Formats: sequence, C-alpha cells, structure tokens
Amino acid sequence: MTAGLLFASVGVILFALGVAGVLLLEHLLRRILAFNIMGSGTFLVLVGLAQRNGIADPVPQAMVLTGIVVAVAATALALALARRLYVLTGKLELSQDDEA
Amino acid sequence: MMVWLILLPLLWASLAFMLGPSRGVWPAIAGLVAQLWLAFALAAEIVGSGAAMHAVGGWGAPLGIDLVADGLSAAMLLLTQCIALPLAVYAHAYFKRDDPARNYFWPLVGFLLAGLNALFLSADLFNIYVTLELLGLAAVGLVAAGGGAQQIAAALRYLFATLVGSGAYLLGVALIYGTYGTVSTVTLVSLIGADAPDLVWIAGGLMVLGLMLKTALFPFHFWLPPAHGGAPAPVSALLSAVVVKASFYLILRLWVGPFSSLTVVASLVVWFPALLGTLAVFWGSYQAIRAERLKMLIAYSTVAQLGYLFLIFPLLASAGALQAGIMQVFAHGLAKAAMFAAAGTLIKATGQEMVAGLAGVAERLPVTLFAFGLAGITLMGLPPSAGFLAKWQLIELALSQQQWVIAFVVLVGGLLAAVYVFSVLRQAFLLAPADSVVTPVSRTLEWTAFVLAAASVLLGLRGVELMQLVGVT
Amino acid sequence: MKRLLVVLGAVCLIVLLLGAMHDLAPASVELHAAVAANLTASGVEHPVTAVLLNFRGYDTLLEIAVLLLALIVILAIGREEASNAEATVDVRLLVSPVLQTLAKLATPLMIMVAFYLLWAGSFRPGGAFQAGAVLAAAAVLLHLAELLPSWQSPGARLRLGLAGGFLIFLAVGAGSLMQGALLEYPLEQAGALILLIESGLTISLGLILAGLFLLLSRDDGETS
Repeated sequence: MTAGLLFASVGVILFALGVAGVLLLEHLLRRILAFNIMGSGTFLVLVGLAQRNGIADPVPQAMVLTGIVVAVAATALALALARRLYVLTGKLELSQDDEA
Repeated sequence: MMVWLILLPLLWASLAFMLGPSRGVWPAIAGLVAQLWLAFALAAEIVGSGAAMHAVGGWGAPLGIDLVADGLSAAMLLLTQCIALPLAVYAHAYFKRDDPARNYFWPLVGFLLAGLNALFLSADLFNIYVTLELLGLAAVGLVAAGGGAQQIAAALRYLFATLVGSGAYLLGVALIYGTYGTVSTVTLVSLIGADAPDLVWIAGGLMVLGLMLKTALFPFHFWLPPAHGGAPAPVSALLSAVVVKASFYLILRLWVGPFSSLTVVASLVVWFPALLGTLAVFWGSYQAIRAERLKMLIAYSTVAQLGYLFLIFPLLASAGALQAGIMQVFAHGLAKAAMFAAAGTLIKATGQEMVAGLAGVAERLPVTLFAFGLAGITLMGLPPSAGFLAKWQLIELALSQQQWVIAFVVLVGGLLAAVYVFSVLRQAFLLAPADSVVTPVSRTLEWTAFVLAAASVLLGLRGVELMQLVGVT
Repeated sequence: MKRLLVVLGAVCLIVLLLGAMHDLAPASVELHAAVAANLTASGVEHPVTAVLLNFRGYDTLLEIAVLLLALIVILAIGREEASNAEATVDVRLLVSPVLQTLAKLATPLMIMVAFYLLWAGSFRPGGAFQAGAVLAAAAVLLHLAELLPSWQSPGARLRLGLAGGFLIFLAVGAGSLMQGALLEYPLEQAGALILLIESGLTISLGLILAGLFLLLSRDDGETS
C-alpha cells in the first residue's frame, strides 16, 4: 500500500465517522466538529487517491485549498447560527419534536 | 454572453453589500432585468445554432474549467430569471422598513442567483461543488436572516442537511478524480464505460444520494417544511420554486451525462428514484392535506410535487421524458412561486397564518386569491396549464411503455393536490366572521403573484417552444 | 434504531470504499503533466498557485464569494443595533500586561510575515490565503489581548475593505471577458494581474477572516 492510498483509506474512515457524527450527535458544537472531520476526510481522499502512485499533482492540492476555504465559511456560518440559537433559547441543541 | 449571467449577480450583490444595510434594491432590479434579457438571448441563440461553450481562462478542459450552455441549462437559466425578477419586485413591496430580514436581503439574493446560474452553466464536477456551496449557504442565510428562534433552528437543520449533501457529493468527486484524473463532465462522458471500476459506482451513488438530500426527496425531506414554511414569503417562494430544482437538475445532468453508461447497464437502479418519488407524492400530499398552517401546506405540497420529477427516471431512455420533467420543473416553479407570494399577501392582510383564518378573503383580496387558484390549477394539472402538459406527457410516455404504475401515481397525485388546494379555496370563500380585520396591502404584492400564476397557466399554450429548447444538445 | 442504522451504514461505506480503492488502474488523464507544460504561460512559477489563480481561477473567484457570503450571513442573523452594553457589568479578568506587550510586538512582525507570504506565493508555497490568514490571526491576537474591540456592524469604509478584494478579482474577470475569455490573462501581463488580485485578496481575506471571529464575539445581549 502506497502512502497516498493510506491517506485515502484514513480519509474514508474519517468521512464515515464525520457523517455518523453529524447525524447522531445532539450538541451543536459536536455536530459542527463532526462536519469538519467529514470534510477533512474528503480532502484526504482527494489528495491521497489522486497521488497514490507517488507523483505530486498540484490540481487536487489546489482543489483542497478551495475546499478548506469553503469549509471555513460553512463552519463560521454554523457557529454563528448555533450562537444565535443559544442567545435566543439558551440551548445548544435542536429539539426533536418540531421535526414532524 | 452566458458568463455575464454569473458575473452580473455577483456584481450587484457586492454593490448592494457596500451600499449598506437594506440598500441595493435598484442595482438588483436593474441587474435582474439585464439577466432576464441575457437568458432570453442565450435561449434564442442556442435554438438557432446549438449548444454554446466557454473555456474559462482560455485553457479548456481538462486543465481549465468549461462552461457549457445546452438546451437543458438554458431552460433552467430562463426559469430562474423569470421567477427572480417578479419576486424581487414582490420582495421590495413585502418587507417593512424596519424588518430585520431586509437588511442584507439583496446581497444574499444576488449570491444565491449567482450560485444558481453558475451551477446551471458549469461542466466541471469540482466547480459545481463550489457553486452548490454558494447556493446552499446563501439559501440558509436567507432562511435565517432576521429570524427568531424557530427560523434559526430551521436554518441549522437546513444547513446540516445541505452540508452533508454536498459533502457526499464532494467525496464522489474525489473518487472520480482519483480514478480518471479529471473532473470535466465532457471528458468523463467518454471515459466512464459500462465496465467502470466499482469505485465509480460508489462515487455515483454518493453523489446522487447527496443531491437527493439537497433536493428534499422523500425520505430526505425532513428539513424542507420548517425552512420553507418559516422563512419570509419571498424567500420561501425563491427556495421552493428554484433552489431545490438546482440539485434535481444536477442529478438529471449526471444521470444522462457522465453516468449514462452506468444507468443504462443497471436496469433496476432507475426504479430507485421513481420509488422514492412515488412515496414523496403520497406522503407530501397527505401532510399537505393535514397541515393547519397555510405556508406549511404549501411547503408539503413542494415535497409532493418534487416527487413527480423523479418519476421520469425509468422513462429517460425514450425521447420526451426529459422534456416532460423540465415542463414539470417550470410548471411547479412558476406555480409555487405564485402560491407562496399569494400566501404571503394573505398572511400579511389577515395577520394570521392558519388556513382556518382565511375566511372572507375572497371578497377582500380577489386578485391574490385568483392567483392562488390559478397556481392551484397548475399543481393539479388541469388544462391548459403547464402542469397539465407535463403530466399529460408523463402519462402518455408511461402508457406507451406499459408502466401503469407511473401513470397511476401521476393521476392520483393530481387528485390529492386538488384536495389541499380546494381546502384553502373553500375556506377563503366562507363569509368572514364579523370581527375579522383585513388590512389593505400594496397592489404590487397582489399583481406580482398574479403574473407568476398566470405565467404558469399560459406556459401550457407555448409548451412547444420550451420542449424544442430543451431538446437542443 | 437510528443509531444502529447509521453505524451500520457507515461501516458498510468504509468496507465498500476500502475494497474498491485497493486495486485501481492508473488514471487515464494526467493533469500534472498538463500543468507542468503550461506553467511558463501561467505567469507564476509555483504549480499550485498557477492552478488556483490561473488554470482554475474561476473556482477561486466563486470561493471568495462563498467566504464573503458567510460574513454577510453572520451580519444578517445578528442584531443590528448595539445592545445596551453599558448596563452589563464587565466581569472579565484584566488582561495581563505581558500578553498585551507581546501582542503589540508580534503584530508588526505578523504583518511582515503576511507580506512575505504574499510575495513568496508566486514561486513557493504561500499566497493570498496564507497571508490573509496571518493578518486575521494578528487581528484575533489583538482582540484577545483586548487591544481591538469586537465589531458591531461594519461602516462604509470597512465594507469597502471586505468586498474590495473580491471586486478587484471580479473586475479583472469582467475586463478579460470583454477581451476574450473569462480570466484569460494576456501572456505578458499574467504575472502582474495575478499579483494585483492576490494583493487585493490578502487585505480582504484578512478582514473577512478577522470579521468572522470579531463578529462572532460581539456582545449579543443576555440569553433569554
């Protein structure tokens, strides 16, 4: 197994962990962290799988840089919403009953 | 020409931001008029001379990013601008001077439209991811802007749904890049064959599932009713009419584009979206019939109407299915924009948001109620509306291929739509209780909804031109 | 039930993906070769910067839009008017003078580093994002040392600074579109145009990233 493939495999595991976290965790900060783990996993797959033969490829590297900035924007947005919810309700969880 | 459809909204959005809170309506309207003209000109050009291509940076795929405008994307661009301009006029009249949702409305709408237009034009899977995020974050922002705890909670739910959706999509893109070394859809069409490695199948599955979550297809619809039902009326209209259609468009694009050789091989896979679509039609209609709040009724009706779109997947092999799907996108887009706009006017005038509180609006707000009724005709699929045309085509195709189930679902869905539309209309024609107050509303609110509703019906008479446009490749 | 389904789904995904990734044929398109071949025409010497600002510069343009958008959303959901901050008693501990002095010393150095990173981006790892991030870090440091107040709502000059970098990028895009293709730089001006875009972006990105932090830390009143 090459280093790139190892990175990609770890990325897959991180992605699955992250998605499970976003779906299962209650606390909003934990869900936001889980989303970031999911994103990091995707980025590892993107750079790892594309460079599995050991040749550096600048295109996925640039894509990951773009992806990181987008993830930063999404995280900031999520934090702002979570903080606003806390200011308004005093809770950092989404209640289950208003889903139906 | 097509690139200006992306640059213009970006330009007026940042201009509106620099002008300051709650400013920027005139640059927005001017930009939207120009965009509408550009969309019509682009459609005319494509009908005349075939699909257009623009290589960004002059590099060309696979090194650079290509923008491609074919019939499908030109039709979606046209629909988006046709809905956005009346809704912008509506929104200008809708927000009160001190409404906190108005402060950054124009910059957010500008970025939303730029994301939509860029998505429809892009022929690069990674670039599409960036446009998806631009679109998703702008939509979440519009739901949350100036809202109370309920809107913020709805926006958070929406945000997590849209982020998981685009996360799954991006993992799919990463796997595709790893396998083939390119993300250009044009290059990938020839690379992905029926003998593609398993990884490509998984990638396709991840991308389609992620996009289904963003389209709010049953059972991924949980985030839509609170978000669309809780946002201000112009925002609900924009989100229900076009934003959810963007991810549907993308599924369709991938299905008939890069993944076409996979979907041909797997004859069972085509039934998966159709099955979910069927369930969406029944579940969404059932919830809409049960809903007590007017905007929740309309939001659940969106869940149901989105179901029809996924019924076309088993029929895509035959000509005309794509046209039927896009006709339904147009019919529902125009009708739902009109319906949410009319509902916003009704709620503003009566001061309360229950269906039961509508008694007596028929004599006080006849134009708005007429708009609601016209939009309802399109949702039910009565002639001569565009909804009728879409459903007629769908049934005809289904019968010619002996797919009785699909024809049955379309027919029953129309009847269910009639139930919830008439439950609103019946209430509106009741005599008003003596103590009810109907505050006068601006005429702009009434007539913009009417224009959209009339367009959804009259489009049925001009359906041939639209079908011709969609057919251009 | 839900927990079991999600865990099962996640495990299935991992197993399927690891199995499918194991023996994969080499990719049929090799973009790194195309990047290397066109590097001289891109106006910069570093391949990642060339991809970010030339070959796939359009991605970067939209990505700046996403970042600016996030800032606007944060402004849109917060309260516009400043809360009655005077009424609440400030119970924060006094910041130690050591931290304040160090922050004052570090800030000019960080600005220097930011400009070095901007300049270095054209031929080695660096560039506008890294430079902007360092600038933003300086602002956050000053804020934590209580030398820089959090933002309430940005004034006209600050809004210009926030959107300016994006507008320069957009203007270059519009100008190049009138000459031919979007973001197609003439060969001899490519380097200068990329430097112009990166300089504008450094300032705006620094302000936006700092703003994400300084707006989130604004006083939003009591919880109800």
